[in-house]
Amino acid sequence: MINPYKPYPVTIEEIRTETEDKSLKTFTFAFHSHEDEQAFDFTCGQFAMLSIQGVGEIPIGIASSPTEKPQVKFTVFKTGKVTQHLHNMKPGDVMGIRGPMGNGFPMHEMEDKNILIVGGGFAFTTLRSTIEMMLQHQNRSRFKQIDLVYGARTPGMLLYREEITAWEKRDDINVHITVDGTDDPGWVYHTGFVPAVTEKCAPKADAETMAIVCGPPVMIKFTRPVLKELGYPDEAILMSLENRMKCGIGMCGRCNIGQELVCHDGPVFTLAELNKTPGEF
Amino acid sequence: MNYIILKKRDLEAAMARAATTYTIAGPVPDGSGNSQTHTFCCLSKDQCPDLEYKRSRLSPKALLFPQAEPMFHFKVPPKKNNNSVDYPFMEAGSSKEPPIAVVGIRPYDARAFDLLKLNFDSKDYKDPFFLKRYEQMVRVGLAETEPSPTNFSTACGTGPFDETGLDILLADGGDTFIGKVITKKGKAFASAAGFKPGGPEIKKQMAAMKKKAESLTDSSPAFGRILGAETLDLYEADHWETLSFSCINCGACTYACPTCWCFDIQDEVHGEKGLRLRLWDSCMTDLYSAHASGHNPRLEGYKRFRNRFMHKLKYFADKYDASIMCVGCGRCIEGCPAGIDIRNVMAAMNETCGKKEVAS
Repeated sequence: MINPYKPYPVTIEEIRTETEDKSLKTFTFAFHSHEDEQAFDFTCGQFAMLSIQGVGEIPIGIASSPTEKPQVKFTVFKTGKVTQHLHNMKPGDVMGIRGPMGNGFPMHEMEDKNILIVGGGFAFTTLRSTIEMMLQHQNRSRFKQIDLVYGARTPGMLLYREEITAWEKRDDINVHITVDGTDDPGWVYHTGFVPAVTEKCAPKADAETMAIVCGPPVMIKFTRPVLKELGYPDEAILMSLENRMKCGIGMCGRCNIGQELVCHDGPVFTLAELNKTPGEF
Repeated sequence: MNYIILKKRDLEAAMARAATTYTIAGPVPDGSGNSQTHTFCCLSKDQCPDLEYKRSRLSPKALLFPQAEPMFHFKVPPKKNNNSVDYPFMEAGSSKEPPIAVVGIRPYDARAFDLLKLNFDSKDYKDPFFLKRYEQMVRVGLAETEPSPTNFSTACGTGPFDETGLDILLADGGDTFIGKVITKKGKAFASAAGFKPGGPEIKKQMAAMKKKAESLTDSSPAFGRILGAETLDLYEADHWETLSFSCINCGACTYACPTCWCFDIQDEVHGEKGLRLRLWDSCMTDLYSAHASGHNPRLEGYKRFRNRFMHKLKYFADKYDASIMCVGCGRCIEGCPAGIDIRNVMAAMNETCGKKEVAS
């Protein structure tokens, strides 16, 4: 019997500070064994438990795309006990990864559709994975028009700046970057909250459109009416949720929203599915 | 050997015989000084289960799902050398435990083990700690002939004489234990312990005892309408704050409950030695669902109360296409310091369904 609680041993290969306040770092891991690396077969939107012996485990979305294997990357916000510890670790340190977990984004349903991606703050990690995957040469033709609206509080709080700059130069993705505010006179992108920029820049929905929305609750709250106005039905709006987790495999109980377990039945749900639940997230 | 019999004075010798093959577990006084309160645990070779017991404050679930279970041993910090980790990375504990025979379990508590299995044995993941014990365990039930007034197990589809979760069902026949062998596992245990074959009169005797015991349980609680109702109608009913008014979210109900399985995972470190433990948790505490950011989807006590009862009486049934996650043992009613009675909660939820039906 496979023990689903047993993490794969990994070594931290690289640590990159993402934001000006140093609260977000991207960790790149290498598996110790080739079999483990093969077994860690993930899709965009899934997450894993980062496991530090003697400290604990945390569920974190996978920020790298399956096309970037064997590397796996996680962008982690320093906030609690395990993430504080992780932020103090160094390349070469050994820890564990348990997963992949959750359902991920429904790539097959997204094929042959226009995709609108709306992201805010550090919820952007699994969206990076998704965009990176879709933009690969061998995958790009599977999707129609791709639009991205991504916002952060300040320019220095945007994740993956170099990659976003590279995406901007492409003609097969429309990138709309915004910040809540900035005093940088050289800022050439949008200023304003994500819902407002979405209203201005996002394409209207047709039957062949899907939207992915990931961000803080307040962003989601004000983006919903905008998408409705643009004609996106609740069935075509995907959201990736977070709740406190321990096991990640649907057993420990705490991440439930009604009968749905975020770790196992989610973390990706359509808005239509969520409308039927008690909404405890 | 369908029916069996054992003189009460031979119980100790029978358990000693069985102990050569099995780890015997059963009810013993819980050390609180009150001879009326028992606890279930694995017994040493010279201990005998006390089959005269009346109640156990905690259910026997700890035999399958211990309060604290060491999952992995490790050393800290792990060091890497030539592509391999010097220390054992994460070693699962020794899995060589002899099969447990739990003697004296109430039939509805045994039924609860099968409900727990629905959680620990899913399509995608198997919990090795739980399932190994579950598969090996022999369940020798003891029928409850004097159910407490809080016992509503018959209403929950089980009862004081329910055979469905058992390998053997024993009943108190005065100076003997009489019983029925239900499964092959039970047959093996009966011969290991040296039970004697009993006559056909035991069948009648047990049927009469069953009828009497079932009549003493509270069979009035009903939940059929709850199962048929819309989740959000039950969830959004306006009675939750009233129902939970006296609840102090202490979690006594969750620890006593035979079907509550929530757990936490924590690491303990002593010097270089580390241990990853699985620990019972309770949905009644605010930390249970608190995010690291401070956000908590069930911050208020009534929301946690609502989640517990909705889970037991609605979410579980819908998720597993099963009945409710309650066997009606009544421990939460007896153990609650605030006088909350799950039967009243059921009644209130039923009433919600009634109102909705009338309105439509």
